[in-house]
Amino acid sequence: MVRKAVDEFGKADLVAILGSPDADSAELYAETLVHGDPSWLGPLAGVALDLPVYHIMEPEIKDQIDPALRKEHLELFEIALDVDKIEEGLNRVRGRGRA
Amino acid sequence: MQLKGKKVIIIGERDGIQGPAIEACVRSAGAEPVLVQTQCFV
Repeated sequence: MVRKAVDEFGKADLVAILGSPDADSAELYAETLVHGDPSWLGPLAGVALDLPVYHIMEPEIKDQIDPALRKEHLELFEIALDVDKIEEGLNRVRGRGRA
Repeated sequence: MQLKGKKVIIIGERDGIQGPAIEACVRSAGAEPVLVQTQCFV
């Protein structure tokens, strides 16, 4: 479905936003969306979409959200999620550059 | 990354932040969700 969206809308204005609960799953999603499925099992095996990938809790993204909605939907996760670790994992994927 | 004017693929997770919650948030930032999913691994 992600590939279909990329085919339909093109990559130019597309960005992927994750809501993963931990750093490992966020990094795995990011890896799949940027460099292709590392397990080589899914439809994105060998497909490097090279999408910009962010987690909704990263300050760069979170700060753009309406404060009331941020409070309603994200406040609890500020306590529950290790955002620094999630960001670290995503930076690792983003830092690897283009496949 | 400025969200305003972007088309967004949302991959939420049941045990984390779910798709519809992310959708509401990114809409408020001026982005347009084009795919909204909530993964579940149970």
